[in-house]
Order: sequence, then structure tokens, then C-alpha cells
Amino acid sequence: MQTKRMTFPGGWLPFALLAPQVIITLIFFIWPAGQALYQSLLREDAFGLKTTFVGLENFARLFRDGSYLNSMSVTVVFAVGTTLISMSVALLLASTVNRMIRSHSTYTTLLVWPYAIAPALAGVLWWFIFNPSIGIVPYMLEMVGYNWNHRNSGSDAMLLVILAAAWKQISYNFLFFLAGLQSIPQSLIEAASIDGASPIKRFWTIIFPLLSPTTFFLMVVNVVYAMFDTFGIIHATTQGGPAQSTNILVYKVYADGFVGLNLGSSAAQSVILMVIVVALTVIQFRFIERRVNY
Amino acid sequence: MVENRPWANFFAHTVLIIGVALVVFPVYIAVVASTQAPGELMRGTIPLLPGSHGIENYTQMWQSGVSSANSPPAALMLWNSFVMAMAITVGKLSISLLSAFAIVYFRFRFRMFFFWLIFVTLMLPVEVRIIPTFQVVADLKMLNSFAGLSIPLIASATATFLFRQFFMTIPEEMLEAARVDGAGPFKFFKDILMPLSVTNIAALFVIMFIYGWNQYLWPLLITTDPDYTTIVMGIQRMTSEENPQWHLVMAAVVMAALPPVLVILFMQRLFVKGLTETEK
Repeated sequence: MQTKRMTFPGGWLPFALLAPQVIITLIFFIWPAGQALYQSLLREDAFGLKTTFVGLENFARLFRDGSYLNSMSVTVVFAVGTTLISMSVALLLASTVNRMIRSHSTYTTLLVWPYAIAPALAGVLWWFIFNPSIGIVPYMLEMVGYNWNHRNSGSDAMLLVILAAAWKQISYNFLFFLAGLQSIPQSLIEAASIDGASPIKRFWTIIFPLLSPTTFFLMVVNVVYAMFDTFGIIHATTQGGPAQSTNILVYKVYADGFVGLNLGSSAAQSVILMVIVVALTVIQFRFIERRVNY
Repeated sequence: MVENRPWANFFAHTVLIIGVALVVFPVYIAVVASTQAPGELMRGTIPLLPGSHGIENYTQMWQSGVSSANSPPAALMLWNSFVMAMAITVGKLSISLLSAFAIVYFRFRFRMFFFWLIFVTLMLPVEVRIIPTFQVVADLKMLNSFAGLSIPLIASATATFLFRQFFMTIPEEMLEAARVDGAGPFKFFKDILMPLSVTNIAALFVIMFIYGWNQYLWPLLITTDPDYTTIVMGIQRMTSEENPQWHLVMAAVVMAALPPVLVILFMQRLFVKGLTETEK
């Protein structure tokens, strides 16, 4: 690792400076992660009196368990839906704002603030709009003959949480797309338009390919967001229901551990999630190392 | 823009106005709902224009909360959220500055080891190791306290990295000149490094404050005492009632969303800088 040519003499001082960070990391990060690993290999009996070492049995059970496999597919649908919706809306808005000159900053300001809203609040807001008895959207849907009810219909509930999650993430994607668009050399676009390429053709053949580093980066970030930061949305609205149709993995860890008190299984789920986070982080970092510059 | 196409401009503005309207819509409905009389929201659909009971609802929420949902006054919850957010923000920034300083400006044994130890925390969001972390906090008797709410969340690999990257860009001559003039590590840190990092600190402050304010799962588990309820989880409690009092819930939602939204609106440049740099 790089360092400065000249440094201060060592001794105890650097250790003292690092101490707060390292102590907190050890107590609240490394130790619990180790505990999760350890507990994932144990099983408690129904009364919590006896724990036995069961090896990888907890993991094997999870992969045979229909509700866990269901939770996995629910998470995939949720993550893909959220990522697709929020990224495509953000790209549309960013490329439109990018061609504005005078109103550029006004529109930006109007679009960035949802980032500040907590996921749980985003959930409550959308839950309220879609409330089957008093919400405004079900009322309008009824006029076109659709009977919205996220309390009974799994697909309605899924759509609701996807919309809430995507809504909150649009501002983030928007800012990164806008930054990406602004770094594309204007000369390329001018050259293409002199050659007679229409705005739509220019977008798909020049702008979109040149944006691909940003797009890829945002895809990873959005999947991480949808998988791990959306606990609040689920917990404040559907609570995983109806009939487990919105029970994403992060929520299931909590529900099985705190509500169901199945510690071994919950710990095994934690370990699987950690493996997923590590994999996604590695992908993200490898990509950043090889970031293409134009 | 390379060519002038009036219809394209018109179309672009239309797209943006629809986009902004969709983004604003949920919050607008919340504001409208928070100004209705108590019974108004039980009758059919929500009105589309604000009512006249705004002041009453906000005052009631601010002063007394919703007792049937075991939810304390919003004033207390907002204060709790503020204390938690500030503790997390200041804590994160200080320990990250110190450890980045140690990693960049000192050479010592196990430097790489510590660097990786901090790096690993990036990969362990609270949500995935929630039960063992809860056990640790319970064993340390930190449940129902601000220490329990904030300390476990202040270790931050992102901030440490950002400061490390920034310190690496500071010219070598700074340290050489300081050493020649006889400045020790503390003086160098206080009089040279800190003033140079002000913008970075401010940008991270905005991001971390929003992160701290919006914490949800952690306060939900750590605090059972209503005196420590933060606003975001207080709202969840109000909505899980049998018949939520939506006019009060929405007043609380607006009050909960306002501080971080104002932070973004008034410090937009710092916010954008913080956001784009923490992700590098």
C-alpha cells in the first residue's frame, strides 16, 4: 500500500489513534460476525436448554426449506424490479435534464430530495396512497375495473414495495447518471448530429454505450440497496406478507431470529447474506479498478 | 444541446414535469392528509386539497403524540432522532479522521492488518448480523440508551477510506515544512490537516447525518423504553394500530422527513460531493 515519503516516527501513537475505530470494529462487527458463523453450526432444542453441534445441517435445511427458497426468489424479483424501475426512470430524467440549460439546477433540486427520506417512511407514504379503503390509487384503479388489494394479493403487495423502494432510489441514480452524462465529450455528440444522427439514435449508439461504466456501477449499488437497505420498507408495510410474498431475505433473518426465535437457522441465513455482500463488494471493487476513462 | 428543436424542448419539459410530479406526489398526499379533520380520512378517499386542521394536528402530534399507539410526543421523538443522528455523525467522523491519519502519516507494524480489519466492516451491514450484535449490546447493558443506539453504528470504513484518499493527495511538502518547523503529530493534525479537510468533513457530515437520522432496524431492537423512541420507528408504531389515525401519522411523517430534506436542499453541493465521493 502507498504511503507518504516522509512520516512521523511510530511508537505507540498510531496505535492509540487507531484504537477507537479498531475496538468498535472488533466488538460490534468482527465478534458478532464470528458469533453468527459459530451459531450457524449449532442447533437449540425447542426450550433453549440444550445446544448441539450440527455442522452444516442448518445450511442444508435452509436449501431444502420451501419458505427459504421462496424468500430467495422473492428477493430476486424485488431486487430486479426495484433496480430496473428506478434506474430507467432516473436515466430518462437525467438525460432530459442534461439537455436543459437554464432550468438544469431547478429540476435537479426538485429531483434529489427523496434521498433524504427514510426507507420506512417511503414505505408508509406509498402504503397510504395505495390503502385499499382510503387510498387514492385504488380508487382510480377501481374506475378502470381493477380491484387493488395488497392485503390479499401477493403481486399487488410486491408491486407496492417495489414502487416504494424504487421511488426513494431514483434521486441517487439520477445524480450519478447526470454526472456520467456530463463527462461525455460534447464533440462526439456534435459530430454525430452533423452526420445526421437523430437524438434517439445518438442516445443509443453514443451516449448509452459511453455510460456503461456508470450503469454497471449503479446496478451493483441498486442490488445491494434492494437487498439490504429496504428492511424498513418491508417491516413498516407488508411485514413479509401476504403469505410470504414479500418476505425478502433480510426481513426473514429478522423474522426467524427475533420473532420465530430460531437462532441456528437465522444465523445460517446471516452467513449466507454475508457471503452475498462480500461477493457484491468484490465485484464492485474489481470494476472500479478497471474503470474505463474516456 | 446541439440543435434547436422547439418540439423536443417542449417534450423534454413535459417529461420532467411529469417526473417531478410523480416524485412529489406521495409527499403532497401526506401533507394534504396531515391537514384533515380526524374523521375526514375515514370517509371514502383522501381529498386532493389541503384541509383546515393542519395547525391542530401538528400541535397535537408535537405535544402529546398518539397515546393509544404508545407513541410519545413528536417533539421528544425528533429530539431523540437528532441526538442519535448527531452522535453517529460526530462519532464516525472523529474516529475515521484519527484512523486515516494514523494509516497515512505513520509507519508501524501491522499497518496493513488494521487497514484490512477496518475494510471488512464495509461488508457487514447491521441487517445481516443483527442477532449477534444485539446480544453483544445486551450483554454490555447498553439497551435503552443513546450509547447503545449510536456507538455500534459509528465504525465506518467508507469515511476512513475517503479521508485516506484525501490525505494521500495532500502534497508531501506540507509535512516536510511542518516537520522542519518543528511541528509534532498533534500540531500537524490540528493546524494543517483539519483545515484542509473542512470541505470533505462537511460533505460527509451531510451524508452521515441523513444515514443516522434514517436508522430504523437498530433503534427498533435496542430501545423498548418510549423515552428513547426515534421518530422513524415511532411512525411505524402508529401505523400498526388497528385503525391508524392517518391525519396524525402523516403529520409525524412530514415532521420526520423535513430535517433531512432541508439538509439536502440547503447543502445540495456538499450533499452531491459527499454522495459521489463516498462511492468511489
